[in-house]
Amino acid sequence: MTSQTKRMDVTLESIIDSVDLAEDITVRIAEAAGFDDEDRHRIGMSVREAVINAVTYGNHQNREKKVFLTIELEQGRLVIRVLDQGEGFVLADVPDPLAEENLLKSSGRGILLMKAFMDEFDVVRGRTGGAELTLVKRLPAAG
Amino acid sequence: MSFKATSRDIRGITVVDVSGRITLGEGSAMLREMVRDMTSKGQLKIVLNLGDVTYIDSSGIGELVSGFTTVKNSGGELKLLNLTKKVHDLLQITKLYTVFDVHNDESSALGSFHS
Repeated sequence: MTSQTKRMDVTLESIIDSVDLAEDITVRIAEAAGFDDEDRHRIGMSVREAVINAVTYGNHQNREKKVFLTIELEQGRLVIRVLDQGEGFVLADVPDPLAEENLLKSSGRGILLMKAFMDEFDVVRGRTGGAELTLVKRLPAAG
Repeated sequence: MSFKATSRDIRGITVVDVSGRITLGEGSAMLREMVRDMTSKGQLKIVLNLGDVTYIDSSGIGELVSGFTTVKNSGGELKLLNLTKKVHDLLQITKLYTVFDVHNDESSALGSFHS
């Protein structure tokens, strides 16, 4: 992404290595956009969790399916979308990891972390029919 | 910095100095194997020193929980030592800070085990 362009589209393989790649790309863009170290960590981890969801739960690591990562700078916000080619899911159906009965489970905390680290978080059914996660962080200058 | 773990035995307590990343595809699986190995050998008093852990994701958090329950179900105790701010924040967000026995210095962690 250059200073002229405001959007980057990346197509990722449904493999675990894509998680690090997506995080690296996003953190670099966040740095160029002026986010400090703590916010870069939060943005990077959120993208990491979103791509883990897409690769493992959405696409089930099926090499024929892709994960579509879009990063946009718009109206004082960094907007990240992660779309898979799975079946999609309804946010309300996701078990609450803070519930007593789920506290000691070994998975299921990714969405909690994305919600905690980003300013906005949403899930819709995307153009592929799979889940599209939208993560938004306001740019530092926009407060 | 990749995952690395070395263990020390102090008066029957295993202190594991962990460094690097505990993430999906990197340290998570190694941490799981390490805890299972210690448990199978009867090492049931474990302190995980996380002072040099640079990064941990939800998968890594899950492995800490899994290790905690594995050791507990075997009749032992797993405690955490020297959390970085980032790990501390993650445990607060996930409400796990109250589940784990967390210590800021090694002597306190060692002294907290039931004899």
